Amino acid sequence: MQLSQKHKEYWQKNLRITGILLALWFVATFVIGWFARDLQTITIIGFPFPFYMAAQGSLVIYVAIIWYYAHYMNKLDQEYGVHEGDD
Amino acid sequence: MATQSTASFKSQLTRYYSFYTGGFIAFVILVAILEQMGVPNKMLGYMFLAATILLYAGIGVMSRTADVSEYYVAGRRVPALFNGMATGADWMSAASFIGMAGTLYLSGYDGLAFVLGWTGGYCLVALLLAPYLRKFGQFTIPDFLGARYGGNIPRSIGVFAAILCSFTYVIAQIYGVGLITSRFTGLEFGIGVFAGLGGILVCSFLGGMRAVTWTQVAQYIILIVAYMIPVVWLSVKHTGNPVPQVAYGYVLEKVTAREVVLNDPTTPDGAKEAEVRAIFKQRQEATEAKLKALEAGGATYLAEEKAKLEKAAADLKAAKDADPAAVAAADKAVTDFPADAAAAKAAWTKAAAGAKAKAGPIASHAEPFAGKDQAAIDKKRKNFLALVLCLMVGTAALPHILMRYYTTPSVKEARKSVFWSLFFIFLLYFTAPALAVLAKFDVYTLLVGSSFSELPSWVASWAAVDKTLMSVTDINKDGIVQLAEITIGGDLIVLATPEIAGLPYVITGLVAAGGLAAALSTADGLLLTIANALSHDVYYKMIDPHAPTTRRLAISKGLLLVVAVFAAYITSLKPGDILFLVGAAFSLAASAFFPALALGVFWKRANKWGAIVGMSSGLGICMYYMYMTYPFFGVNAPLWWDINPISAGIFGMPAGIIGVVVGSLLTAAPSKEIQELVDHVRYPNLTGDIDTKAA
Repeated sequence: MQLSQKHKEYWQKNLRITGILLALWFVATFVIGWFARDLQTITIIGFPFPFYMAAQGSLVIYVAIIWYYAHYMNKLDQEYGVHEGDD
Repeated sequence: MATQSTASFKSQLTRYYSFYTGGFIAFVILVAILEQMGVPNKMLGYMFLAATILLYAGIGVMSRTADVSEYYVAGRRVPALFNGMATGADWMSAASFIGMAGTLYLSGYDGLAFVLGWTGGYCLVALLLAPYLRKFGQFTIPDFLGARYGGNIPRSIGVFAAILCSFTYVIAQIYGVGLITSRFTGLEFGIGVFAGLGGILVCSFLGGMRAVTWTQVAQYIILIVAYMIPVVWLSVKHTGNPVPQVAYGYVLEKVTAREVVLNDPTTPDGAKEAEVRAIFKQRQEATEAKLKALEAGGATYLAEEKAKLEKAAADLKAAKDADPAAVAAADKAVTDFPADAAAAKAAWTKAAAGAKAKAGPIASHAEPFAGKDQAAIDKKRKNFLALVLCLMVGTAALPHILMRYYTTPSVKEARKSVFWSLFFIFLLYFTAPALAVLAKFDVYTLLVGSSFSELPSWVASWAAVDKTLMSVTDINKDGIVQLAEITIGGDLIVLATPEIAGLPYVITGLVAAGGLAAALSTADGLLLTIANALSHDVYYKMIDPHAPTTRRLAISKGLLLVVAVFAAYITSLKPGDILFLVGAAFSLAASAFFPALALGVFWKRANKWGAIVGMSSGLGICMYYMYMTYPFFGVNAPLWWDINPISAGIFGMPAGIIGVVVGSLLTAAPSKEIQELVDHVRYPNLTGDIDTKAA
């Protein structure tokens, strides 16, 4: 079966959003983790910033990443006519 | 029910679970009333245990099924929200529920590796795997490997890896079941294991994935309620704010200030701490001297030392007015004396390390990677990030979790379901660090400085139950508790929180029920994964593809029983440390599955030989490193780049990825059919598409 140009575009868009969100995930986890000791002086509602991120902030970012991906892709499916029937 | 529309099925489920939650709350209130009427605590413990296990068994009986699709994937009609709750319970094990807050209490920032790793992994599940696996739509993870890479070899490696990591993980869960049932009912550990297992079996045995799914939703509700109530109460007690996650920032500031005081010998409290630490320092040096003498003198030295102790005991008994307590202590010193040089070395090394830990200043809770010099700091940072990565990738590779995304009605629902999964998991995981800080505040300000004659009641009661969980000894004989005199086991934090917060025993029972729900739900999912890998992948797909449905299910159920009993038997031998077992399962899964699964979707060129080389080299390197470095196996080879054995996956994952790439490029590209399969999983709906759906 041959994929149309539209199908290829859909997959490219999927790869792009996946890449962007993975980059965000990487920064929230590993970049902040790597520099944790250097960010120690910043405080946020009583917490040192790195502690806050590892205990709460990054977790919120993860939840948001997954929510956004589901939202974006479910819309993209409709737009490119590759969505499933209503069952 | 099969003809019902999705919307009415969902509203029916919502109604059922609302009734159920109401019923559960009524039950807790009933037990609370019974407690006030004077029913003994042990009875209340039995009531919680019996009621919850009966409930799970009841759901199992109600969901019994003889349909293959219902048995393996719950009929593929679990709505996103409910699948999210089921995944949450499937995911959160005894280690998360009971162990995590304790780990955070003991290791501060560095313990947050578990919080990050066990949540961030869902980003990988959502972005790289769940929607594609759902579109593929068969029964097991080896199914995907078998279809994508062709032939029985990738499938067989998948089966082996699935069983290996699930079995390692299930042992840790059953251990948790045994621990909780034995602690709260007084049953023996071994009997507790089998009692808890009975509940699991009735459920998964009768209804497979269908029963497990609906039980897990029920278990999630119990465990989240049980976790939240004591923490909210503790937060109100210390901060006046019922939202612990917001309030504990300021408590953390107070804890940090208190740490500074306790570490500063010029303050009165700090001077007392320094006094106790000096005593531990002496003990450490004395034990180290003994170790050195043992090295030089060997068995002769050991015999001399034992003779000295025996003589001291005999002298004491010969004396006229000997103090009976002193005689008993002297006798105990003789009987506890290590039998041979190896035992002596182990015991004394442990004692020296224990004393050394107590002799140093307390580590700051909020400081990342605390260490005495830059090298120590770098080593900690490296291990922290390596562990986070292994746990995350492992999350996106554990078959019992990925399997859950086969059960949603569509790709769209699968994507939403990962969101709900992480949301429900997040509720517990962002509460655990708050609990650790609140409990620490309690210990640092209320327990430290209190008098030995009037210890808080929870300290006395837990010290009586288990010395490894809680013990306080007046080392410097001043009658006042110093921090260095307190020994706390990690598991205590969650188990004792209701008492620390001053709540009645009914809440302690509720927490035990929550811990049991967490352990049972995970064990359920894991046992089912193992039994399905054997019955579906090995028997049906490889041995007898024409087997009738009834025989397939009979074999699956039989295997479930065998695996469960075998796992319980292994657990009753008490092998190793729970946290290591859990960590090992993640590293193994990350190394074996993740490269082949993710590249199978995102790289069309990946082929059979790539998968074979990648999976076996990833798994091989990971197992080799664990075997060589984890003390349990006794080899103790030097570490590679200072990476701890728990993060062995950090070497296995790249080996797996390189293996898939090199193996694929050296051999021919996969066939047209397989490339079409890849297109098939990439698009939720393609016109004129092939169909991979299993019945």
